[in-house]
Order: sequence, then structure tokens, then C-alpha cells
Amino acid sequence: MDARLYDMGNIDIAWCPGCGNFSILTILKDALAELEIDPHDLVIVSGIGQAAKTPHYLKCNLFNGLHGRALPPATAVKAANPRLTVIAEGGDGDMYAEGGNHFIHAIRRNPDITNVVHNNMVYGLTKGQASPTSQKGFVTPVQITGVYVEPFNPLAVAIALDASFVARAFAGDQEQTREILKQAVRHKGYALVDIFQPCVTFNKINTYKWFKEHTYYLDETHDPRDRVAAFARATESERLPLGVFYISPDRAVFEDNLLAYRDNKEPLYLRSTDRQEKLSNLLNSSK
Amino acid sequence: MNSSDLSVVICGEAGQGIQTVEHFLTRVLKHAGYNVFATKEYMSRIRGGSNSTEIRISSRRVYAFLDRIDIFIPLDKDAVSHLRHRLSSETLILMDAEKIGTQVDVEGYRVVNVPFSRLAAEAGGPIYANTVAVGVLAGMLGIEAGIPEWYIKDRFSSKGEDVVGKNMQALGKGMETGSGLAASSGLNLDITKDSQISDEIILAGIEAVSMGALAGGCDFIASYPMSPSTGVLTFLAEHAADFGVVVEQAEDEISAVNMALGAWYAGARAMVTTAGGGFALMEEGVSLAGMIESPLVIHLGQRPGPATGLPTRSEQGDLELALYSGHGEFPRIILAPGTIEDAFYLTRRAFYLADKHQVPVFIMTDQSLADAFYNMAPFDLSGFEVERHIVETDKDYRRYVITPDGLSPRGIPGYGDGLVVLDSDEHDEEGHITEDLDLRTRMVDKRLAGMKGIEAEIIPPELIGPAGYSNLIVCWGSTINAVREAMERMGRDDLAALYFKQVHPLHQDTAGYLAKAGKIINIESNATAQFARLLKIHTGLDIEDKILKYNGLPFSVEEIEEKLSGILSM
Repeated sequence: MDARLYDMGNIDIAWCPGCGNFSILTILKDALAELEIDPHDLVIVSGIGQAAKTPHYLKCNLFNGLHGRALPPATAVKAANPRLTVIAEGGDGDMYAEGGNHFIHAIRRNPDITNVVHNNMVYGLTKGQASPTSQKGFVTPVQITGVYVEPFNPLAVAIALDASFVARAFAGDQEQTREILKQAVRHKGYALVDIFQPCVTFNKINTYKWFKEHTYYLDETHDPRDRVAAFARATESERLPLGVFYISPDRAVFEDNLLAYRDNKEPLYLRSTDRQEKLSNLLNSSK
Repeated sequence: MNSSDLSVVICGEAGQGIQTVEHFLTRVLKHAGYNVFATKEYMSRIRGGSNSTEIRISSRRVYAFLDRIDIFIPLDKDAVSHLRHRLSSETLILMDAEKIGTQVDVEGYRVVNVPFSRLAAEAGGPIYANTVAVGVLAGMLGIEAGIPEWYIKDRFSSKGEDVVGKNMQALGKGMETGSGLAASSGLNLDITKDSQISDEIILAGIEAVSMGALAGGCDFIASYPMSPSTGVLTFLAEHAADFGVVVEQAEDEISAVNMALGAWYAGARAMVTTAGGGFALMEEGVSLAGMIESPLVIHLGQRPGPATGLPTRSEQGDLELALYSGHGEFPRIILAPGTIEDAFYLTRRAFYLADKHQVPVFIMTDQSLADAFYNMAPFDLSGFEVERHIVETDKDYRRYVITPDGLSPRGIPGYGDGLVVLDSDEHDEEGHITEDLDLRTRMVDKRLAGMKGIEAEIIPPELIGPAGYSNLIVCWGSTINAVREAMERMGRDDLAALYFKQVHPLHQDTAGYLAKAGKIINIESNATAQFARLLKIHTGLDIEDKILKYNGLPFSVEEIEEKLSGILSM
């Protein structure tokens, strides 16, 4: 499929020139095109933030909801209509701070959705405060003596929760990131793709150059089925690994467990709403 | 004692099986052709404390809490002190003297020793004491043994013949004792039976809400457990496979409401069930529903606040919370069923209204309605079809196309050639984020224009009593039950009640009803008369006479009668 199918034409994009989000947008469109996903069968759910605006910039069905709340509606969309391809997308503040509780429980539920997180280690839209993934010592107008709380490690948390699929990528490497993203979307179950994304305006520390120097790719010696090894890789801090860290061998998918689909595989909206007979029986059982 | 209307109260610790007795006895009584009503009050704990259930058995339909206790069965020593204020010299106390008799002060009361524990032990063990108790009451009322025997077989046959047999023995011993008591205790009962009642249904308010949701086409519920609203979640879970309902216990109420909105977006018919504290967390979702013009059904079971308040008690304190919840301006609908029948019909209607008008719709109940049950004619299921207000999109589909009535046809992803775009930011007709401030004004106007359609189908308040009233009670939700019964007892031809089952927006006839009254009395279960305040905003009328209660218990018939009589004699 031609990635131009996802182009929105001449639209105003709210990102700063040079923002890592542009690269992620291109990667996303390319990956979806290569996976032959029709925009009509695609729903992107996002929260609030610069990253969460992404779905407005490609052709798709989109639910741009509230800050931190991409994952609950994304889970519900998939549960209401399992035929749709569902992506929950946003930034590190959106997914890991405001939405932290949902992040944990989405992993536990394991709906068949892809969770794309633009991780720039800073708050952009609110002008430069620390994010949950900001590194220690990072000075901001709020954290004026530098960040002194422990950074959130989304990969380690996800692996600890036996997440179905856990990967990290870098927006500066379109080719590899596209492949990781494709693998995540194809994966049946919850798939986390944390993407390092340089913020050219508010993060002068974690720049394109910094990420290049501080990352490396997992090679074939890493077995993504090995949870302990995956966890060890996720906690490395000198140079940060990229690639697929972990694929859980035996996670059942949320929507497959729902009793609503036990006897009927149709999306909810296609089902008959005539319940007279069943209701009548139910009423009779209350006699 | 009123010979045609008996009030039986059983009180004991949590875990002693009071609810088992309640279920058993009310079903048996209904099958025998008696009108029954049951209401419970309980503490927020799993074991211990003092919980009680009141079961009324009557010649006519009864649906409200009565202070008077005709027969009292204390199951432990604390039960007597817990309810002493409601006992009178007329009350017949059936007490197991061998078990608790020496520990309680019942001097001056009519006490009859019934050895529940010994009879249970003879039948097979202490767990059969509940069946003995049912047997005693059934015996006193002269109910034919076949009815409780049917119940035992129906309920316990899955547990084996031994259990059935021991229950039968316990029942027999209880009934024998009860028959003897009927003669010796001087009970002069004359409760009329009606064979048609045995074919009626018995449902609790919370079950009626749940069945109303199923009837309205609900196929998705996400919620976090919270008294007194959890029963909807458990009911739909029980019937999830049969009715095709996605049921999810969310990690918190924020997640629950956002899931419900995601579900509607993808074509489901979703609801949440919660109480005030949980609803407080859902407010952002109500506002989101307003912005994205999404249907949403919210069952808000009220209990006393603020904060955790009295978790297992009742209040009508969240009207203004629901009315003003969510930032920004957008339409909403608030329904307040007072009866169990209305809980069914209005919840069913809530889905229709939400889907048609693309707004959040509240169903406000409270603990007293949720947990109460009585016999009633089966609901009328005919002539109602669930309408799905979704459209197949074309390739130029715009979710928020501006129309004269404010409603834009609602498409869903994957159904048609269009794309469905929605945004919590202000948006253009396609649904994309905008900061065009002229468009902003048009979008606000469009959203608020939806009120016209909503106003065209407001449920009018129901007038109960004479049309030529000079005194008018105004109430909303569950308060109507005690009000109705108090009015029946008073039998005045100048007193009527206006029962509001939709409290927002209010029906246009409201002001006219109020204007006809010489005296208006507002009755509601909160401290600040929230509904009276709402009526003032709507009609300009200040209601001076108010009967308010906020100790966590529902109004009793007697207290309304007494307070009304006081106000009306002034």
C-alpha cells in the first residue's frame, strides 16, 4: 500500500521545526502502509500533548480524548469491535504520569492494541518541566535544582508485569523503528513501543546526538523470550538498548476472554438488539 | 398492631444470614399470594455489627419503610439495643432465650421464647437456624407447607439430598412452632391474599436498573465497585454471555468512564455504575462526553457524603453534583426513578435518550431504592425496540457537521467509507483540533442547540392525589414511596404529591403545578433542599416548608405523616 494514502494534504502541524515527532509520523505512515492497514479499519486513540496530536496528521479514525486517558478508550474500542486495528499514542507525560495507572492495568488486561509512546524526557506543551522519564539532574523552571526523583522505567515496569510485547526505538532511525513498529502492530496482544524522541525546544540534554551516542541495538544474542535477560537489559543505564526486549510466550488476549464473545464473534454494533425473549425469561426467573 | 399489615424485623450480625431469610421469606410469602416489601439497613463491614431487614406483609401494595415493628426477631444480644427505639409494648419479640435470653434486657416487652438454635441443631446443625426462622413465620401466617418446600428444593437441590432433607426438617420444626405461636400469642392477623400476586415478580431496585439497561440495549459496562451501585456490575456480569455484554472492572472510575466513551465511539451502548465518590472521579469523562457529543449512561447510586461518608446508607445529596458536574457548558439529562418499576423503564429510556441526543444521561438512585424490593406485575416489554442512532458514513463524512437542530449524524469507525474523528479540544466539523474562535462560538451554539430536542421529550412529573389540591408535596426519586403511603394513611382530599422522575431539564408544566398550590412542601433526603433550589431556579418560587432527612436512613411512613400533619395544621 502507498503511504501517501495516509497523507492529510496541506495542513497546519503544531510541532516545532526539527521535532522528532515528524520523523515518528513518517515512520508510522510507512509501517501502516507496509502492513496494508486500511485507514478505515484503523483507530488511533490519544490523550493530550504534542505527541497526542499525531493522529490528526494522518488519515485514520481517531479518538483524541483526555490527558492520560488514551489506554482505557483504546481498550474499549478493541473490546467493542475486535476487527479494528487500534493504536494508543501519546507522550511520556500522557502515558506514564497522568495515565500511569492505566498503563499498568492495560498491560495486565492485554488487549490487542499497540501503545506508541513518544518519549522525549520532558514536557513540551507546558513548556519544559520534568517528565516521569527525565533523567536525574535535569534542570527545569520547576525542578530548579535538577530532577532528584528516580526516573520511571517503562520497559522494566512492563516486563515486570509480563507485558505481551516490549520494545524501544529511536525516532532518529526511521528504518529500524519502522520494522519494530510493524512487529508491534502485527503482534497479537498489548505491545509497547517506547520511542526516544528528541525535543529540540525544551530538552537541550537528550538531543539527536545524545541519543545516538547513548543507545545501541540488541543483537541476536538477546532472546526476547527470556524475561530475566529482558529485565536486565531494560535496567541498563550507561548505554540504552533499542529493539525488541521481550515477547511474553503465553499471554491470553483481553477481548478473547470476554464472555460477550464466547458465543458470538461479531462486533457489538452488528448484533441484534432484540432481547425480548431473553428478558422475558429473566423476568420469569424473578417470580 | 394493624391486622392487615404486618411488619417483621430481623436483626443480627453481618454474616448471620439475614439476607438469606429475607430472600426465602419474601419469595414464599409472594407465592402464597401476599404483598411483600423488604428493606435493609446495614453497616459497612463484612462480619459483626448490627444489620436489620424489615419485611412487610400486607393486604395492599406496600413500598416504603415503616418505623413500627410488629414482630421482632433478634439474632444476637446487640440487636435489641440497636432497634430498641422502634420497639413498643405491642411488639412481639421472638427470641431464642437459650442463646441470648440472659444477656438482654427485654423487661416490659412481649417476649416469646423460640429455641431457634435447638431446633436447628435437631434438624442437623446451627446453619439451619435461618430455615427454622422462616418456618416459624410461615407457620404463624398459616402458609401451606408446599410453598416453602418448593423453595428449598429449588434453591438447595444442587447441594445434595442431605442438605434438602435437613432444611425440610428445620422448616417443619419451625412451622410447627409457628402454628402454635399463632394461637398462643394472641396475633390476630387478617391479611388478605390474592392469587394473582403469586404470579408477580419480585425485584430489587438495583436489579431493575440492571434489567432496564439490558432492555435498553446495554452491551458494555465498565465500573469500579462502590456501594450502593455495584449490583448493576454484578448483574450484568452474571448475564454477560447470554446477553453479549462486555463487562470490565476498571482500575478506577476515571478509566471506567473513559472506557465507556471509547465503547460508544466504536458502536457499543455503554454505561457506568457508581456512587458519589466514584462519580467525582468520572467528572472529566462527563465533560468529555459533552465535548465529543457522545452518548453516555451513568447510574449514580447515592449514599451520604461528603467523602466516604456513610458507605452503606442512603441520601439524595448528589443532585447538584450531577447537575453541575464536568467543566464547560453542554446539555445533559438527569432521570430519578423513585419506584422499582420506574428504575426499569427509565434506565431503558436512558439508553434511548443518550443515543438519540448524544449526551450524558444520569439515572440517579440511592441505597434505599437499590436495596429495597417488593412484588409487582411483570414489566411490559412489548412495543419497545432499541433504536440504534448510528449512520453508515460516506467518504466525505464529517462527524460534527453543523445542523439546525444541533445533532450531527453519529458514525462509528469501520462502518462506511468515512473516517470518524473526534477531539476533546475544540474542533472543526470534521472533528480536527481548531483554534478558529468564530468556529468555537458556532460549535458551542451547536452543542447547546441539542437542548431543544431534549426538551421536546421531558418526562412530566407525576401527580399523585387529587387534581384539586391546595397543598402540594414536591419530591424526586425514592422519597415518593414513603410520601405516597403517608398520603394514603392521611386520606386528605386537599393534599397531592408531585413526583419528579426527570429532574433535569424540568418539564414546562412544573411552574403551573406549583402555582396552583396554596402551600408547597418539599420533601427530600438531604440537608440543604437541593431540589427545592432547582425548582426555584426554574420557577422563581421559594418553597418555605421543607421536610429534610440526612441521617442516612430513608424516610419512614410515620415520620412523613407526622411532619406533614404538623405543617398542614399550621
